[in-house]
Amino acid sequence: MTPLVHATTPGGFLLVLATILPVCAVLAILASGPRSAARIALATFAAGLAVAIAIATELISSGKALSYVVGAWQPPLGIALRADGLSGAMLVMTALVVVAVGLFAHIQHGLQTDAGGGRAQTTFWVMLLALWSALNAVFVGEDLFNLYVALELLTFAAVPLVCLDGRAETVTAALRYLLFALIGSLLYLLGAGLIYGQYGTLDLLALAQLARQDPALAVALALMIVGLLAKAALFPLHLWLPPAHAGAPAPASAVLSALVIKAPVFLILRLVLDVAPPQAAAIAGQMLAVLGAASILFCSVMALRQARLKLMIAYSTVAQIGYLFIVFPLAAGSADLPPWGTIAWTGGALQLVSHALAKAAMFLAAGVIAEAFGHDRIADLGGFGRVLPISAAAFGLAGLSLMGIPPSGGFVAKCLLLTAAVIQGNPWLAATILAGGVLAGAYVFRVIDKALAVPTVPIVARRAVPRRLECAALALAIAAVLIGFVPLRPFGFLQIGRDGLNLAWAP
Amino acid sequence: MALFDLALVALLLMLALRVVVEPDERSAIITFLAFGLLLGLAWVRLAAPDVALTEIAIGGGVTGILLLRAEAALRGRGKQAEPATRTGKLAVAAGSAAISAGLGFAVLTFSTPAPTLAPAAAQALPATGLGNPVTAVLLAFRALDTLLEKVVVLLALIGVWSLAPDALWGGAPDLKPAAVPGPLAYLGRVLPPFGVVIGVYMFWVGADAPGGTFQAGTVLAAMWLLVMMAGLHPPPDTTRWLLRLVLAGGPILFLAIAFLGFAFADGFLAYPKALAKPLILAIEAALTLSVAAALAMLVAGPARKAPAR
Repeated sequence: MTPLVHATTPGGFLLVLATILPVCAVLAILASGPRSAARIALATFAAGLAVAIAIATELISSGKALSYVVGAWQPPLGIALRADGLSGAMLVMTALVVVAVGLFAHIQHGLQTDAGGGRAQTTFWVMLLALWSALNAVFVGEDLFNLYVALELLTFAAVPLVCLDGRAETVTAALRYLLFALIGSLLYLLGAGLIYGQYGTLDLLALAQLARQDPALAVALALMIVGLLAKAALFPLHLWLPPAHAGAPAPASAVLSALVIKAPVFLILRLVLDVAPPQAAAIAGQMLAVLGAASILFCSVMALRQARLKLMIAYSTVAQIGYLFIVFPLAAGSADLPPWGTIAWTGGALQLVSHALAKAAMFLAAGVIAEAFGHDRIADLGGFGRVLPISAAAFGLAGLSLMGIPPSGGFVAKCLLLTAAVIQGNPWLAATILAGGVLAGAYVFRVIDKALAVPTVPIVARRAVPRRLECAALALAIAAVLIGFVPLRPFGFLQIGRDGLNLAWAP
Repeated sequence: MALFDLALVALLLMLALRVVVEPDERSAIITFLAFGLLLGLAWVRLAAPDVALTEIAIGGGVTGILLLRAEAALRGRGKQAEPATRTGKLAVAAGSAAISAGLGFAVLTFSTPAPTLAPAAAQALPATGLGNPVTAVLLAFRALDTLLEKVVVLLALIGVWSLAPDALWGGAPDLKPAAVPGPLAYLGRVLPPFGVVIGVYMFWVGADAPGGTFQAGTVLAAMWLLVMMAGLHPPPDTTRWLLRLVLAGGPILFLAIAFLGFAFADGFLAYPKALAKPLILAIEAALTLSVAAALAMLVAGPARKAPAR
């Protein structure tokens, strides 16, 4: 059997553009000064969205993964980029969220009195664009060290977003986040070094064919996965997330919660699925599922107990991330059914995408609420739905996905995961999924109840909020609902480019 | 030589332990710097001179200035309550021990001979026109990583700048101590000419011998820092166009040449064979200046003075 190698495919250059275009914009802003930041960012949104859509179209029309060998230096010496169906879905999701959040931020900046070019605004545009490059690089990366660089880019773009407002407590939250993220990077890098020492390559495609049961690989994978878990904020490594995500300005919280923590989750998926030998993958999958279930239950309860809206949404993020980890044992596949053919694979991917859209919508809606009333204490928000009907609707529609109620992407995802758990005879995971849904219902309804309440003293907005600011959240929430119309079965697009990669799983 | 290596390892372990247990911050920092210098020596013994140069320049040089300045800034604020509890410290110690044990175990089980890409890199070297395989890895085979790493450095810098108060955004950092000690002022006048020559030399030989952009950039950054700290020339406003151009210039040239690869070579980040070496040298020159400016401004920190209007 000839080993599989990377070869540049038609349209492969699109992967380079997806990774590099936002970085070009960052450099352009640095060179031309803060005043042009917003204009450069808006132009990049259009271009980046077009690139993501072009990649998805190319994937559908060719039915094969896109590849690009950078500089024509063949791996393992050089670096390759590759996008299969799952990567394509991630790229499109990232583009949608970044553009919606960017438009929200642009409208919000317009409400402020200063002319632009200020500290917080310029930093936001630079970091948002850099973050986009970093995420795309993670989703199309095929080389463990290249992925490390992408993670570093992600960290250094995400951390300044946390303390944009410059208050002491947000700086503390940002520093704690930085510490967790850097320890995570260090562990990942140690693991990557061990893998190179043992196999002489960092290329994932080559590793998928070379990897065998051996102690060095087991240690390497354990280090890398633990490091990535610290970045993904899975229970019990979630302590940094709630203050960081709740303290950031709304558009920053939206991208941090919706997108940034998905990158390490995606990498764990690739390590477990493509690199780990089957037995190791099964053990890792079980352990990840236990942590995932604990995350769902513990952090849903924590979300229920929060007095502040943004902290509640932040805890809900840790809970929803838990669902992505119970996918591992459910999507374990078998000799005649590869993991990506299972319903749990589709369910996990849909959970990832619909959570991104719904969570971004929620944080933006919370941002509108804070903009209008000057605070986000849930107890004092009685009747806010009358003042901000669009935001309340966006919050409710996004809530459907978190609870797993039809019609919503979250419903399809959780229904597929639940079915998979029942079919496999895994009552504990099934019960966790159901309990997580009930708890999510409780914390979402707490807010909806406030929105619809008739308070004795009518709540008044501190300042008027333009309708178009509210529309960004609504658009994202509607997108999360629309994903609910995906049929309840393994989704073809997510399987593009996976066959031939199943060597680690061959019987 | 085995005796020397053993002594080196013992000394490294001793210094590492000292850094952890030393209660006085300033002594701990100075021990850490000594540790960095010795670690550089260890890399020389492992036949990795490029890594050794970087380790000494960053671990012994720039990090030293950064840590000592941070310590000096905190010294005036009174002793903070010890942040870590005893159980916390024990947990960190247990975690570190577990990681070290895992690493040691994994390294001992490596297959021998260890697989390596060194022959492949040496074989591909003529296509780049370079003589130093490390430079070829950084600027040809894995140029994408280098390009993105440079952007990471710039992001870190913008992140540091964003910590300034709103009123000072775009202003200049302040490095000069209230009273410049005599020796510092003297060094600030005497050392930079030599340092600049050494930096330029390191960049130039990097194409064919150990050295290169990052090491050269660090030396240049140290010289600029010395001049600023001695109060001979104040740090620039962060909005100054020349500073921004130098900072962004390296990665912009890199990207421009990378995109030209689509038209004139085998795609993104590929060089036409005849022009490979001059193009790589041009990129390295611009990157050296960018790295120097970025590192110096990173150590200088966020703005402390309002921008000149």
